[in-house]
Amino acid sequence: MQALLAEYLPILLFLGIAVGLALVMILVSIIAAKQRPEAEKLSPYECGFEPFDDSRKQFDVRFYLVAILFIIFDLEVAFLFPWAVTLGEIGVVGFWSMMVFLGVLTVGFIYEWKKGALEWE
Amino acid sequence: MIVQALAFYLFAAVTVAAGFMVIAARNPVHSVLFLILAFFNAAGLFVLLGAEFLAMILVIVYVGAVAVLFLFVVMMLDINFAELREGFLNYLPIGLVIGGILLVELFLVLGAWAIAPEAAKFASTPTPPVEQIANTHAIGQVLYTKYMFAFQVSGLILLVAMIGAIVLTLRVREGVRKQRISVQVSRTREEAVALRKVEPRQGV
Repeated sequence: MQALLAEYLPILLFLGIAVGLALVMILVSIIAAKQRPEAEKLSPYECGFEPFDDSRKQFDVRFYLVAILFIIFDLEVAFLFPWAVTLGEIGVVGFWSMMVFLGVLTVGFIYEWKKGALEWE
Repeated sequence: MIVQALAFYLFAAVTVAAGFMVIAARNPVHSVLFLILAFFNAAGLFVLLGAEFLAMILVIVYVGAVAVLFLFVVMMLDINFAELREGFLNYLPIGLVIGGILLVELFLVLGAWAIAPEAAKFASTPTPPVEQIANTHAIGQVLYTKYMFAFQVSGLILLVAMIGAIVLTLRVREGVRKQRISVQVSRTREEAVALRKVEPRQGV
């Protein structure tokens, strides 16, 4: 356990440095710089317009479809990792178990291909 | 050891704080971003438990995909959130009562709960020690053989999710002209070009 966690120590240090550096940059600029808040400073300047409406707009539901299909195959790949690591030990049963799993998802893949879900226009 | 404890309290505190901000943030997009922060810290907690595979899957699947879906949902719902919050104070008392009852129930259940010391012995698949077998390996040893049924069911659930998403959201638009390369390439000179003899002052 300790050996495992020791491998992650550089990542922890990196996280600490990243957070610390970000905090230092923000805090020093707050402390050292002269602060004269003014509403005009935050507004769009020179060539910008004031925003007309909310930046969140409804958009096409097909983006959602693409994202869902991505997640499904993302999960499929996630199942492949432990299988690949232990393929030598789980034998024929484990191999065909994964083949059936992939087959089921391939049925779905063919379905979505034939339905045209992968095409945009 | 002390670093481990410090890291645990750091990750746990940030997870709880981010979870609180998910429900407290005014802007729903900020809520989703705080949710992503909570996912990252939960991944850190998994690493501290020795569950590397789960930690990485949490980052890949939840941060990389599920959070994006949440953002899409937030974008797609055309809800004025300022309007939604108008009745907030009216419903605050009943919300507090329900929340308080749930909290008391949680304390009652968890306070009376004690895990028997020998319970670990009776586990059907005890977790092997991390020093001997890595987490990914330990999952792979049982998932595809011993828990084959659950594995196949998860495959079927993914299939149903795929078909459901297509049935619900796929609209084929009429009158959209698509590029069909095979048709383009298989055109011959005869059907594409015609030579006409044009008399002067006549036009085609």
